[in-house]
Amino acid sequence: MTKQQIKDTILEIIAQIIPDEDLSNLKGDIPIREQVELDSMDFLDIVMELRKRYGIEVPEDEYMQLATLDSSAAYLEPRMREL
Amino acid sequence: MAARKPNEARIVITGIGLAAPNGNNLTEFRKSLLAGKSGIQKFNVRYMGDVLAGICHFDPLKYQKKKELRRGTRAGSIAIYCAQEAIADTKLDLACLDKSRIGVYLGITEHGTVETENEIYEIKQFDYDVKYWSHHHNPRVVANNPAGEVTLNMGITGPHYTLGAACAGGNIGLTQGLQMLLLNEVDLALGGGVSESTGSFGIFAGFKSEGALASHPDPERACRPFDKDRNGVVVSEGGCTFVLERLSDALKRGAKIYSEIVGYSINSDATDFIFPDKERQIQCIKLALNKAGISPEDIDIINTHGTGTIEGDPVECQAIRELFGEYPHAYINNTKSFIGHTMGAAGALELAGNLPSFEDYIVHPTINLDHLDPECPLNNLVINEPKKIDKVDYILNNSFGMLGINSVVIVKRFKE
Repeated sequence: MTKQQIKDTILEIIAQIIPDEDLSNLKGDIPIREQVELDSMDFLDIVMELRKRYGIEVPEDEYMQLATLDSSAAYLEPRMREL
Repeated sequence: MAARKPNEARIVITGIGLAAPNGNNLTEFRKSLLAGKSGIQKFNVRYMGDVLAGICHFDPLKYQKKKELRRGTRAGSIAIYCAQEAIADTKLDLACLDKSRIGVYLGITEHGTVETENEIYEIKQFDYDVKYWSHHHNPRVVANNPAGEVTLNMGITGPHYTLGAACAGGNIGLTQGLQMLLLNEVDLALGGGVSESTGSFGIFAGFKSEGALASHPDPERACRPFDKDRNGVVVSEGGCTFVLERLSDALKRGAKIYSEIVGYSINSDATDFIFPDKERQIQCIKLALNKAGISPEDIDIINTHGTGTIEGDPVECQAIRELFGEYPHAYINNTKSFIGHTMGAAGALELAGNLPSFEDYIVHPTINLDHLDPECPLNNLVINEPKKIDKVDYILNNSFGMLGINSVVIVKRFKE
């Protein structure tokens, strides 16, 4: 996957988690939780979905890497490059 | 005759919200009950295939966001729908109420079974690795979940909890609400019951293993209490919430009053896990009559618990015959024949379906009764067609459950 495909995937996962929110204007460089209503349990849903879909483990002390769409893509790209 | 109580000690029903397999509000539900319209359908259940069940068809998005639906439980969703509809029915503006003085008390048969089964099914595809177990599991399965979801949705900050009382739960949620009003713990109570049992294969499989799961080529004919060809329970989901208030408060705001709750009782058989006990049922009915300060001859309509099991129905019929046999004017009906067994919601839904009789003087029937079981004769059993009667002042509602829990509620036509 490219970084853009990874961002699209994260967006698609978030859309499932918070289906009432409009994600069309989500900025890549601003923390996701500052832009939409996404609480800590919702955030864990992102982690769980990455685990279920791609077998990717995100350790708790690296959760901050998923704060923005851009940082998520940068963090996940080495592990999702081959997918 | 009991001494006249002050209005502060009289509890009345001022709002009703319900979700039944054959109606999404009291008007629709009552219409179905008078038209003989069943709510039972074929329903596919994990591991079991097609079974018969009562499924509700209300729109959950009327009061919930999609995210709330995803995170919560079906029982929570049904409870929210019923509670919101009940408040809307009172014409009260929730925003203007002191939400710290509202209590939510919901009877349940069980809770958490559905969610646990779903999680186990989910991790099966990951070879039962529990790191795939949902972080949403615990808030979904805590026993207070359905009542708690109501408070989250409506911003209610008074007490909330569920009452685990098997199939007597609906009457007991109502009774708890009444008691909390009498204790002055709250000013408005949302009391009733809820069930999401159709989401659990275990509930169906359990009844099947007991030899007590109903089957019939025509789903709508499957639930047949008192018929000699009955063969068990139809599992259904549903909910019903009553708004309860002290009469003094209801009068002050000119509320519509459906009825006054004058009798209630709860007791235990202490005899068996599943089989009922006639003597304790009689005792429970007598306790409720005593609390109401009335005699068996005062009762005009008896809504039976009858679930359609071979073993259970005759016991209740014996209890009713012993208590009411000398006073044959009480008319007797059954609601499960239409909607199946809505478990924790049953008592509340069945009471709600009979309340319009105070206005229309019609007793809804028990349906699917073609050949009365000789073990189940009852005076004035209203069979297959509604019956117009001359007097409706008192309605008695039986609800009994496993582990021998019995509950009776008596409501009275409201008169100042």
